[in-house]
Amino acid sequence: MQPTMEQEYIDDEITLRYRYSLGEVAGKFMNGLREGEILATRCSKSGLTYLPPRSYCERSFERCDEWVRAGLEGVIEASTIVVRGFEGKRPAPVAIAYVRLDGVDSAIANYIDGVELSDLDIAMKTIEPGTRVRVVFAAKREGRMTDFSFLLV
Amino acid sequence: MSSSVAVLGTFQSRFKTQHPELTYVEQAQEAAVGALHSAGMTPDDIDAIVFSLAPTNFMGVADADRWAIDDIFGAGKPIFRVHTGGATGGSAVHAAYNLVRGGMAKRVLIVGAERIAETPDAQKVLNLIFDTFYERDLPLSTNTSVALQASRYMKDFNLTQEDLARVVVRARGNAMRNPNAHLRGEITIDDVLKSPAIAYPLKLFDICPRSSGGAAMIVGDQASAERHCPNPAYINGISSMTETYWLGDRMGPTSRYGYSNLELMGLMAQKCFAQAGIRDPLRQIQVTELYDPYSIIGAMTLEQLGFCSPGTALRLERQGFWDWENGVVAVNPSGGTLCTNPIAVTGLVRAIDAANQVMGRAGQMQRPDVKTAISTAIGGIAQFCNCTVFGTEPVLH
Repeated sequence: MQPTMEQEYIDDEITLRYRYSLGEVAGKFMNGLREGEILATRCSKSGLTYLPPRSYCERSFERCDEWVRAGLEGVIEASTIVVRGFEGKRPAPVAIAYVRLDGVDSAIANYIDGVELSDLDIAMKTIEPGTRVRVVFAAKREGRMTDFSFLLV
Repeated sequence: MSSSVAVLGTFQSRFKTQHPELTYVEQAQEAAVGALHSAGMTPDDIDAIVFSLAPTNFMGVADADRWAIDDIFGAGKPIFRVHTGGATGGSAVHAAYNLVRGGMAKRVLIVGAERIAETPDAQKVLNLIFDTFYERDLPLSTNTSVALQASRYMKDFNLTQEDLARVVVRARGNAMRNPNAHLRGEITIDDVLKSPAIAYPLKLFDICPRSSGGAAMIVGDQASAERHCPNPAYINGISSMTETYWLGDRMGPTSRYGYSNLELMGLMAQKCFAQAGIRDPLRQIQVTELYDPYSIIGAMTLEQLGFCSPGTALRLERQGFWDWENGVVAVNPSGGTLCTNPIAVTGLVRAIDAANQVMGRAGQMQRPDVKTAISTAIGGIAQFCNCTVFGTEPVLH
């Protein structure tokens, strides 16, 4: 017997709240942002400098034993223009990039401000990998990644 | 006593956005029953179950493997849930292979289902896979992270959006022979180029759909293969490898593997190709079912697996190298992940479509004289990747 379908769905909405423990390393990084600094960790054994900062070096399996200030300029490693918007984030279109700051081995992601986005092909050329950018801090900072963004040099 | 492991039966559902006629567990059950029928078995023939289940936030049910125990005839048997994001289905096949190879089970059911479209908030769910403190404030998702990869790859190799579009045209065309595909049909390069921009250089048609449905496979030892299956697909090679969580660690001169070319995929595949005695993929593999949720990913995979040199896959696409009928290798006769992406079982569907080609059970998608076919899967933001080699004859390793 083929049952007749009358009702197809039941709706629900789940709200969960979180309070994430930052840990000492990320906590120090976030404090640095409030002070207008980008703090990386360095492992003297491997010679690698990490952003985001790590407590342990994944290559040498030793503790990262030094904090260093990252350069406030760097080079775009990967970039895109997000055209379809994200609920709860900045309104689209927005340019984002992974940038390797001077003196650091790994890249860190953030928005690139001030890019003319009316023509996507032209805009992408201005932020293509290899392009230099600098860090700009927000006037009011709260100890999270939205405290800074990148600007074309 | 041979230690070969073979595919003895498979099933996949018709994939579409939603299946309001079934609950999630009924979807998994349909797959389990289908694979048992395909292998000529009953639940009593199954010694263990591997449950293929990726993030459950999409369906709003925690740990849905428990919900499914009875529906997949699991009570009284060992059940292992496997989860490596989009690579889950491939990892599930490997887990089942190892249960048989290790002697714990003679016959294993691999089963799962996906209901990704049960929430309108998939974008939020996918954003949660990025780092809580350093990345989540950004509009990062699978779409935007692949866009970051694609824009770099296309600049490095001087490729155009038209080159990407050609892949989608082939995939949707192939999917017309696949009765279970979610998206299919004759489209043009122009249709792809004119589809809405999502994240440069990706447009809507460069991106897989959100698919719901179920899939299952039964693997067994040599004795079970002889008893239950006249034309088994032997699993002749498996390998998987994992890459760092941090996307930014994969960029720059000191990175271990390249991010914008899926370099890990190549190192990973060398291992299973060596097991299966594959030295020249182009000559020895007739069919691939690659995990290609984006138009760019299949091209990178072909290059890393050694079917062609870096940067050439999309150029060879122009010449029809990867076509179903007259290509050198039939790449994704099913239409692949670009046409159907039920995340929890996508890797399993890839494996099923490859195994079916070897078993001669691929229906309208069947290529003649398939001796060897492979499937791949990728999970997270390419943190997990795996590959499986299927053959008509067992290769002992």
